[in-house]
Amino acid sequence: MSAIKINVNGKDQTVEVSQDTPLLWVLRDTLGLTGTKYGCGMSLCGACTVHLNGEAIRSCITPVASAVGKKITTIEGLSPDLNHPLQKAWMECNVPQCGYCQSGQIMQAAVLLRKNPKPTDADIETAMRGNICRCGTYQRIRQAIKQAAGVKK
Amino acid sequence: MNRIERVSRRAFLGGIFSAGAMVLAARVLPVEALTGMAGDASNAAWHPSVYLGIETDGTVIIVAHRSEMGTGIRSVLPTVVAEELDADWKRVKVEQAIGDAKYGSQNTDGSCSIRDFYDAMREAGASARLMLERAAAAKWGVPATECKAQNHQVTHAASNRKLGYGELAKLASEQTVPKREELQFKSPSEYRYIGKDVPIVDLEDLCSGKGVFGIDAQMPGMVYASIERPPVLGGKLKSYDDKEALSVPGVRQTVVIEGFTPPHGFKPLGGVAVIADNTWAAMRGREKLKLEWEAGEHASYDSVAYKQQLMETVRKPQKVVRNIGDVDAEFAKGGKTHEAEYYVPHISHAPMEPPAAVVEFKDGKAMIYAATQNPQAVQDTVAAALGIDKKNVECHVTLLGGGFGRKSKPDYVAEAALLSKAASKPVKVTWTREDDIRFDYYHTVSAMYMKASLDDKGRPTAWLQRCAFPSLGSTFSPAARAASGGELGMGWTDVPFDIANHRAENGPAEHHVRIGWLRSVANIQHAFAVHSFVDELAHLAKRDPVEYLLDVLGSARKIEIQQRGRLAAKYPLETGRLRNVIELVAERSGWAKKKPAKGRALGIAAHRSFLAYVAAVVEVEVDSNGKIRIPRVDFAVDTGRVINPDRVKAQFEGAAVFGASIALMGEITAAKGEIEQSNFHDYPVARINEAPIETHVHLVESDAPPAGVGEPGVPPISPAICNAIFAATGKRIRELPIRKHKLV
Repeated sequence: MSAIKINVNGKDQTVEVSQDTPLLWVLRDTLGLTGTKYGCGMSLCGACTVHLNGEAIRSCITPVASAVGKKITTIEGLSPDLNHPLQKAWMECNVPQCGYCQSGQIMQAAVLLRKNPKPTDADIETAMRGNICRCGTYQRIRQAIKQAAGVKK
Repeated sequence: MNRIERVSRRAFLGGIFSAGAMVLAARVLPVEALTGMAGDASNAAWHPSVYLGIETDGTVIIVAHRSEMGTGIRSVLPTVVAEELDADWKRVKVEQAIGDAKYGSQNTDGSCSIRDFYDAMREAGASARLMLERAAAAKWGVPATECKAQNHQVTHAASNRKLGYGELAKLASEQTVPKREELQFKSPSEYRYIGKDVPIVDLEDLCSGKGVFGIDAQMPGMVYASIERPPVLGGKLKSYDDKEALSVPGVRQTVVIEGFTPPHGFKPLGGVAVIADNTWAAMRGREKLKLEWEAGEHASYDSVAYKQQLMETVRKPQKVVRNIGDVDAEFAKGGKTHEAEYYVPHISHAPMEPPAAVVEFKDGKAMIYAATQNPQAVQDTVAAALGIDKKNVECHVTLLGGGFGRKSKPDYVAEAALLSKAASKPVKVTWTREDDIRFDYYHTVSAMYMKASLDDKGRPTAWLQRCAFPSLGSTFSPAARAASGGELGMGWTDVPFDIANHRAENGPAEHHVRIGWLRSVANIQHAFAVHSFVDELAHLAKRDPVEYLLDVLGSARKIEIQQRGRLAAKYPLETGRLRNVIELVAERSGWAKKKPAKGRALGIAAHRSFLAYVAAVVEVEVDSNGKIRIPRVDFAVDTGRVINPDRVKAQFEGAAVFGASIALMGEITAAKGEIEQSNFHDYPVARINEAPIETHVHLVESDAPPAGVGEPGVPPISPAICNAIFAATGKRIRELPIRKHKLV
C-alpha cells in the first residue's frame, strides 16, 4: 500500500492502494466513481473505458501507477451537464436499454469523434468493436455517433 | 378482475409518500384463482400490484414493482397510470418498490409485465381521476359530471374554476373509491402517452454514469468479497490453505461457504470467499487460495459424449406429448420422406453487469441492494440461508445491467448475506466475468429429430418431431428427466401447422450443470428445429419458402392448444395473425424482389411465443472466406396493443443481436464436469461489426390485449439466419453455433 496521487476529472486525489491496482477499482471502490463499469477484467468488453490524457483506455487492465501525472477523465467528467454532443445524441436516439455498457460506449465514441469528426460506417465499426453491448443497441449507437458528428445517417 | 382501494401511506417502508397524500392500490386477482388452482376465487388472496399516490404539492408518485433490466418497464407501466389519470408526465415520479408479497409476483420474467398489469394500471389511474373530479365537484358544489380532470388539474368550465391535482389530493383521498363499473376510460384517440414514444425516466442517468446498478451499491463500512466455487456442480471442498491469500495487502479474512444440499435451487454453490478492503484485493487474494475439491457425481459430464447420448435418445420413440391423426400409418405407406437432426448447445446469459449484491446482516435483519429480477425470491433465499423470517429481509432493487433470466436466480445475494453474517459488516459480492460464464444457470442443451412424409407437391402428410433436453425442473427436483409442459408449450406442442398427422415427442435427459431460463427459453431450440425443417422441406419441394410456410400454416383459424385457463380465452392461438406477420415481413423486406445471389440471400422464420406473433426475414452475406455479415433484419410483430412503440422496437432490435449471438457464436461446453469457457474471448457475443447492421421493426396496429415483447424476437432469428445461409451457399446448418462450420 502506498499513497498515490492521481488527477481525476480535473481534481487531484490521493489514494492508498497497492501500485498494481487497476485504475478501474480505484475509481469505483476508492473514489466512488461508479459510472465506469466492470465487465470482463481482460480488456475484452470496453465497459471500463476512460480517457487517459485524452486517449481511450481500458481501466480494468491499467495499473493505477501508470496514470500518475496524467489526466484521467471518466463519464462523470465528460461534461458538466450532459451537454456533450454524444450524450445529447445518445438521449435523442434513445440508445440505452439496460445502460450498463453505455458509459464505456460514450467514452470510446468521444475519442473517435475527436480524432475523426466525420467517421464512416467502417470507421465506427473499427473504433467501437471493442465495446460489447449485450442488449444489442449497436444500431442506435451507430446512429447516435453519426448524429453527433452531423454525418448522413 | 382488479380491485382498487385506498391504503395507508404507512403501509410503505422507506416513506415514499408524505402525510396528506392520496394513495390508491390496485389489486390484481392472481391467475391461479381464475384457473381453479387456488380453489374458490372469492377466497383467494388479493395482490395489490399498483400503488399510486398524489402528493399535496401535485407530485404524482407511481411505485414500479417490476425490475428494470433494459426493457423500459419501470417507465412504461407508470405511463399507463399517468394516461388514465391524465397526469402531466413531467410531474410524475417513479419509485422503485422493495421486495414485498403485497405486490403479488414481482418476478420480472416471461415477458409478462405489460400483459399482467396493463388493466390494473389503467384502473388505478381512472379511479384516481374520478376521485379528483368528485372532490372538485364537492368543493365547488357542482355536479361531478361537469368537472373534467385534464393535464394535472380539474376544471369546471361553466364557472371557469380550476384546481390542481395537488390542491385536491387531500379532499380526493376522502372520496369513496369508485366501483369498476363507474370508471370511464379514455378513448385511444385521446391518448397522450399510450402508443407514444415517451423516453424512459432513467435516460439521463444512463447517459451520465449516475445510474446505480447492483454492482454500484454502497453501504457505510462495506467490505468486498470474491468467491472461488467448486468447479463441478455439487463439488465439495476437501482441503484449503489461505495463508498466502491472507498475506495479500487489503485482504481481511477468508470464509468457507458450505455447499448445497440438493436440490440446488437458488442456493449458493459453496466455496471459499476472500473478503477485502476493495474488489481488486479480494480478487488477488482469491488467486492465492490453495484449494482441493472432491468433484462428485457430475464430474462425468462431457459435452461431446453427452451430445451423442441426446442424439441417440431422439432417434428412438419417446413419450408422446401431442398427437393428431396417425403419423406411423402415414409413414408406413412408404412415400417420400425427409429427416433431419438438430442440436443447440448450452448458452450463457452473460449480462454485461455480472451478478452483484450488497447485504448487511445486523441484529437479525438483512438489508439488501441487489440487481435482481425477483426481489421476493431474494427474500425467500436469503431468509433460508440465514435462518430468519423473510419479513426480516428488506430487498431494494437497483437497476440491472442486463438480466435475460439470470438475475431471477438470487444465489449471489445469498452468498453476500452469508458473508455479511460471517464478517459482521456489509459485504458486496461481485462475480467476475469468469464466475459468470463458469457458474451460470445455463440455457439447456438440446437435440431435435424431425421427420415428414410428403405429397406430390412436397407438402407434409405426416410430421414427427422429437426433442430431448435437461429440464428447468432439475433446478428444483434433481430427479427431473422430462421436459415440463411449460417448456414444451414453448414452440413444441403448439406448432400451428395444418398437417393431418402430427406427433410431438419428448425424451428424457439428465442435468449435470444448473439449467436456467434464458431469454425466450425453450423456444430457442424448438423454433430452430421447426423452422429450419420447414425451410428444408420448402427447398426440397423447390417452392418459395414464404409461400410454402403459408401453405403449411394453413387457413386463418384458431388452434386448440394447452394454455392456462385465462390465457386460452384472452389469447387464443390465431393462425391468421401469424399469416399476417409473415405476409407483412415478406412485403417490407422486399422478399419477392431480392432473389438469392451467390453469397447473399434472405431467410424467413415465423414463431409465436409469449403470446406475440413474430416473423423475421434476415439478409445474410457470406464472403469468399466464409465470413458472415447480416446487413438487414426485418421483423413484423403483432403483440396486441403497444404502449411505447420505441421501446418495443428497441427490444426487437436487441433480440436480433441476441439471436445472432446464439446462432453465430454461443456455445458452452463441459469436460470432466467443468465448464470450458470463461470470458468473452472463448464465449464471444456479437459485437458491432458482427451484429445485424440494420433492424427494421414493423408493428401491426392492434387493439388486442397486449402480449409479450422482451423475448419473442429471439426465437425466429437463428432459423432465419440458417435458412438464409442455405439460400446463399447451399450449406444447411443443423447444429449451432454457425462458427463451428466451414461455409466455403
